[in-house]
Amino acid sequence: MTARASVLYDVPGPRARARYRAFGVLGAAGIAALLWYVYAQLAEHGQFSAQMWAPFEYTAVQQLILNGVRDTLTAFGLAALLSLVLGALLAAGRLSDHRPVRWAASAVVEFFRAMPLLIMIFALYQAVFSSQPLWALVLGLGLYNGSVQAEIIRSGVNAVPRGQSEAAYALGLRKTQVMATVLVPQAVRAMLPAMIGQLVVTLKDTSLGFVITYTELLYAGKLIAGNTSTPQGYPYIPVVLVIAPIYIALCLALTALARWIESRGRRGANRRTPAPA
Amino acid sequence: MPVRRPVRMPSRRPAAAALALLALTATAACGKSGSPSTGADSARSTGYTVKTDAKLDGSPTFAAAKARGKLVIGAKADQPGLGFEDITTNTRNGFDIEIARMVAADLGFSDSQIEWKTIDSANRETALAGGQIDYYVGTYSINDKRKAQVSFAGPYYLAGQDLLVRKDNTDITGPESTKGRKVCTVTGSTSVDTIRTYGADVTTFGSYSSCVDKLITKDVDAVTTDDAILKGYAAQNATQLKVVGKPFSTEKYGVGLNKDDKVLRAAIDDALKAHEDNGDWKSAYDRTLGTSGSAAPQPPALERY
Amino acid sequence: MLFEDGNFGLFRDGFLRTVELSAASAVLALLLGTLLAAFRVSPVPVLRSFATVWVGVFRNTPLTLLFFAVTFGLPRVDVHLSAFVGAVLALGCYTASFVCEVVRSGINTVPVGQAEAARSLGMTFGQTLVQIVLPQAGRAVLGPMSSIFIALPRNSAIAGAFNVAELYSVQQTLSERGYAIFVLFFWVALAYLCISAAVGLAFRRLEHRPAVAR
Repeated sequence: MTARASVLYDVPGPRARARYRAFGVLGAAGIAALLWYVYAQLAEHGQFSAQMWAPFEYTAVQQLILNGVRDTLTAFGLAALLSLVLGALLAAGRLSDHRPVRWAASAVVEFFRAMPLLIMIFALYQAVFSSQPLWALVLGLGLYNGSVQAEIIRSGVNAVPRGQSEAAYALGLRKTQVMATVLVPQAVRAMLPAMIGQLVVTLKDTSLGFVITYTELLYAGKLIAGNTSTPQGYPYIPVVLVIAPIYIALCLALTALARWIESRGRRGANRRTPAPA
Repeated sequence: MPVRRPVRMPSRRPAAAALALLALTATAACGKSGSPSTGADSARSTGYTVKTDAKLDGSPTFAAAKARGKLVIGAKADQPGLGFEDITTNTRNGFDIEIARMVAADLGFSDSQIEWKTIDSANRETALAGGQIDYYVGTYSINDKRKAQVSFAGPYYLAGQDLLVRKDNTDITGPESTKGRKVCTVTGSTSVDTIRTYGADVTTFGSYSSCVDKLITKDVDAVTTDDAILKGYAAQNATQLKVVGKPFSTEKYGVGLNKDDKVLRAAIDDALKAHEDNGDWKSAYDRTLGTSGSAAPQPPALERY
Repeated sequence: MLFEDGNFGLFRDGFLRTVELSAASAVLALLLGTLLAAFRVSPVPVLRSFATVWVGVFRNTPLTLLFFAVTFGLPRVDVHLSAFVGAVLALGCYTASFVCEVVRSGINTVPVGQAEAARSLGMTFGQTLVQIVLPQAGRAVLGPMSSIFIALPRNSAIAGAFNVAELYSVQQTLSERGYAIFVLFFWVALAYLCISAAVGLAFRRLEHRPAVAR
């Protein structure tokens, strides 16, 4: 980006380059100072003392974290599956030719998109799934994310150029066939980044399970922090510094996986149809 | 036509680095076992004699537990001395845990047949009514409001609401002096309403350890709940915290169970009575709550109903 | 249920708190997000990587964990915030990373030729940005932006578990007083639907305002 012209600025000349370099040095110094300040504050308050980090040396604690990761992924897998299936169904409903079906699907989508997940999960736990917090979590996540996925799929279908469906109808295909063979495949390909983005949200939101006694990763972190007492107090900061990277790694892994699938899909698409000019 | 550049956010490289980190976390499962605090294991008794012939006709909870071969007991995990999960050894200890084990033994379940579930105060009624757990032993005060949703065996212990403050604090001497001060307690506990009547500025969290943390970091001035719970935290953080020591309520700790299971309730009452009579109750107290030096009180009279 | 025992007052306060919290976090997210987006498109590599790391961290960390860090982590280093300010900080920083990505991709949708034409007319950087790029980017940004700000009020419910007296915590309080969960759920749902409808409506009006045609 530096050497190229972009929307915002032209190819820099010698003076601009010097200016950028000055900003770069200033920025780097500022960020380094900030990081140093954070580090110094943490160190000064004993957050790097051996006792604060001691719990992570025990196999039982490592096992606790691994079990948390496993339970997080279990909830995510089930919720992702449910949200994609539900999303497809609701999108079909919203694109239906029958007005009542369209209205019903719209009502469901709008309702679950507006409801806080936390409240939904809590209500599901209290009212229906008291003995199985996992299902309260999965259903809550599935309903909310399914509604969002439905919107993504629908806007993807609407974004396919009209000529595509017109040509398909002209060939004598029925609506279901047009949808299934022409519109949806193109829509999914175009919308894959957005759908993956929503899956990342689903993965992160599994952490809400801690309010309903589901033993996911954040719950494990909370337990580790609350049950280790040191002279400097409970090790909340070390726990956050351990748990957050795991979540970030999981999300980035999911994004990378999605990008890989996407690149494969694009190659396949290019083989079948020549790229538009 | 506008040229749309594809949105490419995080590049591949951080993702690869993140995967490597994850792999590292996964393979790093080598380390110490055992407990750092010596003596924590002595809080646990070696075990109670399991009654192999236990039979509870007409108790759906018991029948379900027998069928699955496991008893699911709800407890607290963050209350030192009462219900505490030692995360470094993956074991639980405390007075409530001992009570739960005694009862389990009399119902015919050995330690290996117990599955523990940590349930916060706010979720106890839901977990019992929905059958997530078979019974609950975790500083559960008996009161009429709760009796509408669950039933109680016991009481097995009498506690009183008290205040936990920082060691250097001298001006909080009782509930009256909390007026306008920041006091922390737990969502869904009986302590919330009581302390509100004294005009305190109440902060609530899901667990007591969160409150104690807020007390240590000086974001609140006191933590209020039953003295038994507070003593455990004061012992855990002896250099920083102290209990005021003027209880201002009476809390009867009971074993919570499903509202409709009268047979199980009677059986748990019998078990409590038997272990109070044979000295198990006292020795459990001495090994847990009593380690701070207080002598074992008389167990309270059971309230069968 | 809603009109008994002063429940209405409690409920109204919770509702207002939710609105307040969402509004404050939205302002923070918008400002911070735009600043980060400026970093991400800036010609200075250090600033670009800073913004990239920021977005990578905050987009991929659960909001609940951020709340944990703010509520229990900051006091450890002697930063004491009220529950409300802490919640605004967590929500704002989290949402800002999404705003940043939307603004950035919005700027990227503007064809390079537009800015080149503006520059060849002798417009300065500021003029190009304000008169040419942002109005066009704004149109592309409105759609995704509305999703972000519809999601914000519902995300704010997490603050209820961290001692902010908003709608979720009101629901918890009333649920402890023994009211049926379905009745409570109905009223709380209605309140959130109102908020999200209001946000949606505001964005729709913005979209329909006569603006630069493309």
